[in-house]
Amino acid sequence: MIETAFTPFQSLGGGALIGLAAVLLMGTMGRIMGATGILAGLMQPASLSDWSWRAAVLLGMVSGPIVVMLITGEMPAVQVPISTTMLVVGGFIVGIGVTYGAGCTSGHGVCGMARLSPRSIAATLTFMLTTAITVYLIRHVFGA
Amino acid sequence: MRLVLSYLIGLVFGVGISISGMANPAKVLNFFDVAGTWDPSLAFVMGGALIVTALGYRFILRRPSPMLATSFQLPTRRDLDMPLIGGSAVFGIGWGIAGFCPGGALPALGTGRSEVFIFVAALLVGIIAAKALQSMSLRTRKVA
Repeated sequence: MIETAFTPFQSLGGGALIGLAAVLLMGTMGRIMGATGILAGLMQPASLSDWSWRAAVLLGMVSGPIVVMLITGEMPAVQVPISTTMLVVGGFIVGIGVTYGAGCTSGHGVCGMARLSPRSIAATLTFMLTTAITVYLIRHVFGA
Repeated sequence: MRLVLSYLIGLVFGVGISISGMANPAKVLNFFDVAGTWDPSLAFVMGGALIVTALGYRFILRRPSPMLATSFQLPTRRDLDMPLIGGSAVFGIGWGIAGFCPGGALPALGTGRSEVFIFVAALLVGIIAAKALQSMSLRTRKVA
């Protein structure tokens, strides 16, 4: 386990930027800012123009940490407190879950909740609960 | 124009994720570890994102159409079903194991860290597997 510092201001500011991106994408393209939806659309494109805006959004996302480094001089921290095996298992399970659940933290948790969509509220409450249970079991019951 | 804007919107999202701490699995997992190394920052990310999105959507969705597309593409379903709840529950398990969600991991690719690439590769395999399963069960249902 790695201790991390409580960062209310950065987190609130970062959250506000995530929200701003969601509002801008809805205002221009008329689309939900969901990482799952954008990835799924890249893998099964409806048309070239549908594929190209998603690819541009993804490229922009990936540029985010680089721009932060250029401004602050520091790459955003990525601390991975788990083994490679767990990373692969976790990634695979997330892929299955977000495909069936049709969304993740950005699509359901931010965009859907902001619209008060009952499906997104139910999805968000469900995954927040199972994430908390999983973390509790791994850290405090199995003691990994 | 469309692509440049899409890129910039992705960039705003990526910078937001980077400074919020959502690209850092240690920080994300600590949010859920109330019984251990608790870090409440993630609540501020969700709060900031939700406030901006809820206010922005109210304003934007009153317009007849988005700037660069013919219509707003909003999910219209309101019913809760098993794929939604089950999928979200499974997503939470994976998120609790790995600490990355898709929206956190995609921008984190820009840090160049190998763990992020491993997670995203496993995520893509999970999405492809789930899509294959979904189309298989759809075909069986049609036959029956």
